[in-house]
Parts: sequence; structure tokens; C-alpha cells
Amino acid sequence: MKILVLMKMVPDIVEELEVAGDGTSLDQEYLRFIVNERDDYALEQALILKDRLGATVSVVAPEAPEVDDVLYAALAKGADRVTKVSGIAENTGTRSTAATLAATLSSIPDALPADLVLSGCQAIDDLDGFIAPLLAESLDLPYLGLVSRLTVDAGTAVASKEYAGGVMGRYEVTLPALIGIQGCEKPPRYVPIAKVRAAMTSGDIETVAATSGPDTTQLQVAAMAKPTEAGHAEMLEGSVPDVAEKVADILADRGLL
Amino acid sequence: MVPGKLNPDPPALIEKSALGAPSVATRHGWDAPAEQASPDSTWERELGWSDEQWERTMATATVLETPDVTLDSLLASPEGRPLLSCIQCGTCAGACPYGDVMHFTPRRLIGMLREGFIDEVIASDDLLSCVTCYDCWAKCPRGLHLTDVLLPVVKEQLLIQLPEVPAELQSALSNTMRYGNPMGESPRKRAAWIDSAGVPVPILRDLGRPVDVLWIVECYAAYYPRGQDNARATARVLDALGVDFAILGAEEKCAGECARLVGEKGLFDTLREQNMATFGKYEYASLLTSDPHAFDAFSFVYPSLGLNKPVDHSTPFLASRLDALRPRLTRELGYRITYHDSCVLGRHNHMHDEPRRILEALPGVTLVEMTHNRDNTICCGGGGGGMWLDTHYKAKGHPRLSDRRVEEAIATGADVLAVSCPYEVPRFEDSLKVLGYDDRMVVRDVMELVAEALDD
Repeated sequence: MKILVLMKMVPDIVEELEVAGDGTSLDQEYLRFIVNERDDYALEQALILKDRLGATVSVVAPEAPEVDDVLYAALAKGADRVTKVSGIAENTGTRSTAATLAATLSSIPDALPADLVLSGCQAIDDLDGFIAPLLAESLDLPYLGLVSRLTVDAGTAVASKEYAGGVMGRYEVTLPALIGIQGCEKPPRYVPIAKVRAAMTSGDIETVAATSGPDTTQLQVAAMAKPTEAGHAEMLEGSVPDVAEKVADILADRGLL
Repeated sequence: MVPGKLNPDPPALIEKSALGAPSVATRHGWDAPAEQASPDSTWERELGWSDEQWERTMATATVLETPDVTLDSLLASPEGRPLLSCIQCGTCAGACPYGDVMHFTPRRLIGMLREGFIDEVIASDDLLSCVTCYDCWAKCPRGLHLTDVLLPVVKEQLLIQLPEVPAELQSALSNTMRYGNPMGESPRKRAAWIDSAGVPVPILRDLGRPVDVLWIVECYAAYYPRGQDNARATARVLDALGVDFAILGAEEKCAGECARLVGEKGLFDTLREQNMATFGKYEYASLLTSDPHAFDAFSFVYPSLGLNKPVDHSTPFLASRLDALRPRLTRELGYRITYHDSCVLGRHNHMHDEPRRILEALPGVTLVEMTHNRDNTICCGGGGGGMWLDTHYKAKGHPRLSDRRVEEAIATGADVLAVSCPYEVPRFEDSLKVLGYDDRMVVRDVMELVAEALDD
């Protein structure tokens, strides 16, 4: 089985995000990048399938700061091949990014066809999560998103999705398919740093230039700003009975008692 | 400071056996009467040994002279070869605070290793229960380097082969790699506490000149809210002493000692290289740290990468300058204090008198001892990754070691539990709350107590 995992880097919010002087972009000075959490689950899902069924796992990621660390860690965890894609312009629109990825994946030798293409279903900078289904459309693959459990048996994948109220949906899809991963049966595995360091010495990150797709829409960011404060929480001070009385008064005022 | 030299020859058996017997008599008998364990009474006196004799038999802190030793090469290495001389007496298993819940105690581990069954030990996650308290090492009649040589190389294989590293430990290790601190806090905020220090705390890069003392604040004192109390207190004490000091601020990263002892050697190597590169950018005469774990790493393991500056921990640093501070220690505290010897500063480095000398110099302080003190102290459970394995231990049904310690502290009738390691503050404060003693006792770092006694 051949599994292709798509990963990307997103801003690390451990540092407060600042808007740059131009008012339309993030201040790069202290900005750090971290792997999109759901993509890390997609890699874990691929490695679980590899452990169980045997597979070759290839990882493709757009070039970004700190992406090399993520790709070497993927090799150390058990990925067979890692590739980064250079030259995807910033502010490329969702459709355009999907079209570029589809064209680029087709240009990487032996990357396609794959039995399974796995990707995170969302990212903190892409909550709509449209890239994966648009990419599936471009690659002419069926798509299932928000998948939290995945098993494969004899060319058929069984994917589970969580719905409100604890309801689970179970879907069968004939491979090949593109699956948008929300989570998997266990958190991403830990890889000792010594193994990552060994991968840095012996491993190889391939680099390919992006191939533009038919859609080249660039988004124009009109403005970027931090949310403005709308109001403050009211802190109730005093002894426990005083505070209890104030809470009761507030609830009564609001007609809740 | 105890010289950080590996003793090439294991002490003669006859000499150590005299120490071994009383060690067994005083080890973790939770209900042993205090006078039995007091170091200056009963058996120690009866032996009539001179200080020199005790000094000779006492296990000394070690330096790992071949940091690249692996499990395969262990028994052939100078550090590991003495393991062949283990007499399987089981003193280590009895001394181990988790010896009663581990299947592969150090004794059994050595037996398995010698007979070629080490894979079975690695396949179990038993060694995650090792909290690197140095008690097996301190009490071994053969003077074997268990805590700092054998256990880390076995744990290294354990971390590689463990199907799932406990989530809490995993995030602490990943955070330390990425952000330089196990909490996953912003590296830029490492020196945020200095705004509330009340005294100037210069950052070396901004200072632009050499300093006498480069103070490595370390993660728990820099980020953890109660640890910051320790950092602020230390800053006040350094200021009062007129020490020419500076910190690294955002450039500082974890020293990595816990990473090494939990078996994450690659992480330790990375941190050590990064820290050595940072140290190399500046001129300073000596290193000072608030964390005994960093003190151990800088004293014993960094030198092999070329660190050749004197290293001190804040408690012994102050103890040796106490006379200069004494005139300013004027505020009456009125506390009954019991001091907890940390495994690293206490048992590993034998720095028992320094903190006690400081506490006795504080006005209105009565010092009382717990049953297990000095080299015979009980571990708080936080070393060697234990800080991030509480959930794992709970799931395994292990007792919480800090609870045992707090029970002993409460039994002294003290109202303050004094510590010298920033890990112990959250551990003991949690235990006091869990056991319902938080209205009877508070936990304070020695530095906090000194700062409290300082005039304005």
C-alpha cells in the first residue's frame, strides 16, 4: 500500500501574534512555525497503517520556516520519503493552492497514484478546511473529511466520523481515496531526539518546485487586526456569603431565578 | 563542592560493608523513631569513626566520563564494567522508593543484564518508575553507578521502544526541545519575572560587559508562578550581597539533566550544545543556578564539552557568604522549620550543612529534623522525569512519594517545610493540599525565607 501524507506549517501561537506595520500581515520578527496539529495526526494514522499492514509512507509539505525539523522527525518516526515543495506564493487562494498541490503532486516521481492520501482536515489558518476536498476533486479521488478513526482492509477503508451528541458515523470507501483526518486512535508518537538527529545526518529531504495549476487566484488581504475588547467580566468581591448573595441577585435580575 | 570525579576503583568491600549494614537499618522504615535515623546518634557514634573515615566510605558524586556509552557497550565500559561485581544483595531494591511496586528493581535489572535478558526489562515500562533519587547508588555496598550510568542507558532504549510514551512526559520533552522549557512557555517570556523582582536583574546581552556570576535561573524558577517567588528572592539576596551578576533571559534554555536521566540523551545533547554555544558568547567568572538538577548537569556532564567554570547552587553559594548578609537578617520570622534534603543537592552532593547553616542564621527560627534526613532523605518523586509522570504513576497505582515526605514533615510539628530545589515546591504544596495539611504547613525555598528575613 502506498500512503501519501500532506503536511503544512502554521503560526505557533505560543508567541503572541502581532500585526506587522503594513496592517495586512503578521509581524515576522518573533513568528515561529509549528506543524499543523491535524496533519501530525494524519502522519500518525499513516504510520499506524504501515505498522499493521505494511506500507510506504511519503510526506509532502510546502516549504516554510522549521519545516525541515518536521520532515526529519517524520523520517525518524518511520516515514519512507519526505519532500518539500518550494515556490508556493503567499496569499494563494484556497482553490489555487489545491490546484497547485494537485499539479505539483503529479510532477513528483512515484508520488501518485497512492492508495491513500491523508491530510489534516483543518488548520488554525484554514478552519473552513476546503483545500483537501478541492484537492480530491482535482485528483479525481473520493473525499471523506473530519475522520477520527480509520481502518483499511483489502482495498476498502472504513472511516468513522463523530457527530454531535456522541453519534458516530461509519463510512466505507473503496481505495484510492483522500481522507481528511481530524484525529486517530492514539496521539502522535514520540520520537527520541537522538533518532531525529540520526535522520538529519542520514536522511534526505527532496525539494521540488511548485507547479502552478490552472487557477492562480491571489488573495488580497484588506486589513489584519487583533480583536477589539468588547467588555470585561465583572469580578465579584467579598466573603463567600456576600458573593453568593450577589450571584443570586444577578440571576434574579436576569430573570433566571 | 564534592569533587566530581569518578572513583576508578570500587571501594573495598570490607570498608563499605560497615556502612552498608546501618544503611539497611535506617532505610525507609517509615515509622522508625527519629533518634534511630539521626546521623549523629546511635550506630554512627558507636562505630567511633573519624570524619575522615566517613568521608572515605561515603559515595561521592560522579562524572560520566564517556557520555557516549550505550547499552551494548555498557559492560565493557569503565563506568559499566563494575556492574559485573554486583553481589545481588538487594540493598538497592530495598532502598528504591518504588522498589515495592517495580518488578525490575535495580538488583533484578543487573541480573537480567548480565545474563542477556535485558530486552525483557526494556519491553516492560518498569524503569519509568525510577525517579533518580540516587538512593540505590548511595547505599550500594559495591559503590555501583546505578542512577547516573546504568539506568539512563537502559531508559534510553526504553524510550525508543516504548509503544506509547506517557502523554505528560511526551509533551514535557517535546516542549523542552522546541521551547527550551518543559512547560511549553514562550522563550521570550523567560525573564518576565524580573519586572516584579524589586531589584535590578541585568540581562547579560544588554549589559555588554563581563560579570562575576552568570545566574542560570532554570525553568521552574523562571516560569512556574511559585518558582518565580524563589527567583525574586534570590535576586534580592544577590543584590543584598552586592554580587556582580546577570542572567541570560530569553537566551537561557533548560540544562537538560532530567532529559538525560529519563533516557532522552538526544534531547540532552541538543540542549547541551545550544547552552554551550550561548555560554561561549559571553565572559563570566562562574555559574550559579537555582536548580540542583542544572547544578549536577553543569558540574558533572557539561565539562566533557568544555565547560570549565566553577559552578554553584544558590544555597551553598549563600552559605559561604552568610557572614556578609548576617547584619541585614533582622526580621523575626517566628517559624518552626524542617528542612528537606533534595536528592540531588543532598544525597548526591552531600550538601546538608549549608542550608541548615542558613536557616539557623535567620532570626526567630527553630530547626527540627525529619526522621529521614541528610543522605537518608526521602525523594519528592520529581527527578528523572518524575515531574511529568504523576498521571502515569497514578494509573499504575503507585503511591505519591511527596505524600510520604509531607507526612514525615507534619510529624515534626514544623509549620514551614524548607526546600532548596524548585521542583519540590509544587510537589509538596500539592501533597499538603491533597492530605489536608495546607492549613498547618507552608513550603518555602530557603531563598524565600532569607529574603523574608532581610531588612528593607
